Amino acid sequence: MTIEKIKNVLADHVDMDLSEITSETTFQDMGIDSLETVEIMMELEDEFGVEIAVGEIGKTVGSLVSYIDSKKE
Amino acid sequence: MRLLINQQVGKGKVVSFRIIGTGSYLPSKIVTNDDLALTLDTSDEWIKQRVGISQRHISTDESAADMGYKAALRALEMGGVSPDELDLIIAASITGDTICPTVAGLVQKKLGAKCVSFDINSACSGFLFALDTAAGFFERGKAKKALVIGSERMSKILDWDDRSTCVIFGDGAGAVLLEAGDGYVSSKLTTEGEDDVIKIPSGVNNSPFYEKEVEKGKVFMDGQETFKFAVNTITKEITEIAEENDISLDEIKYIVPHQANIRIIQYASKRLHIPGEKFCVNIDRCGNTSAASIPIVLDELCRMNKLKEGDFVILSAFGGGLSSATTLIKW
Repeated sequence: MTIEKIKNVLADHVDMDLSEITSETTFQDMGIDSLETVEIMMELEDEFGVEIAVGEIGKTVGSLVSYIDSKKE
Repeated sequence: MRLLINQQVGKGKVVSFRIIGTGSYLPSKIVTNDDLALTLDTSDEWIKQRVGISQRHISTDESAADMGYKAALRALEMGGVSPDELDLIIAASITGDTICPTVAGLVQKKLGAKCVSFDINSACSGFLFALDTAAGFFERGKAKKALVIGSERMSKILDWDDRSTCVIFGDGAGAVLLEAGDGYVSSKLTTEGEDDVIKIPSGVNNSPFYEKEVEKGKVFMDGQETFKFAVNTITKEITEIAEENDISLDEIKYIVPHQANIRIIQYASKRLHIPGEKFCVNIDRCGNTSAASIPIVLDELCRMNKLKEGDFVILSAFGGGLSSATTLIKW
């Protein structure tokens, strides 16, 4: 599932229990700044084989999942 | 004796350059993060965490040429060379006070040298582009002694109301003195011409006939896209230059990266599995001095006696253009 793969990548970057991360969790909640967002998106690009435009991913894990799913189609 | 492939051109071995002197100059005025926080919506904590800078040196009365001259004097003194022996001066700068004469031309005048002198503009990669250009002069036998300078007064082109850019940059100059030798091993330069990620309009237009709007002369930078470009090029180019020259990353004594943002350097260390101590950093004290950053760090390394003859050093830059350059030298 997309959200599980995303959470695996996030594991190296966030100081939160992964079980606490839901679709509603924002990047700000996770303490991720704009540069770390770029790093994470680059890892997700490798993970999913899609190009990710950082400005279009939205603010939450849920919006990121939707974005990646739409790119995979 | 390892075969240095890139030096075998035509018949016999081609001589390029080796570095025999380094110099740098930082203006005396220091502006701390707390100083900036007095007038900008920013904080010491944010700047340190986001960029890795605590303070930067800012010129109050010296041009890029003035600073370049001082760095050049120090390099000449270290190398025991007098200005009249120079065959070439190249300056990398995007912040000269005059479009002409060039920064290199003014340095030549101040030094009392007589050699050909010109500037190279490739923004933050400029110093390595200039070094590569100098290598060509040596290889064609057109120079035996040369100065390559990186000098920037970034403070003059910043929007000091834009907290996303003005906190990053600083002023300063660095120089290397070169003589014919086998210190230059290999380099790669790249350019991806674009103006969405990093742009600095010149802001000058006196023409009453020009119909298009002329943008203000200041730094525009998309932080996230710049970061992405930088981390991709630094990791790719360091890997490639080592592989192409049959050198393992373990054999590299130091990596001198352009001092753009500590996060870029940390990313490279992590991705390349190179210990952080091998990356030479002074961004905390000097900020991003564009083309001056690499030669300033090189001078600091040299004066701390950290380099021995035969040490391999990788210099790696990236920035406006977009451009990047990575150079492998043997000290």
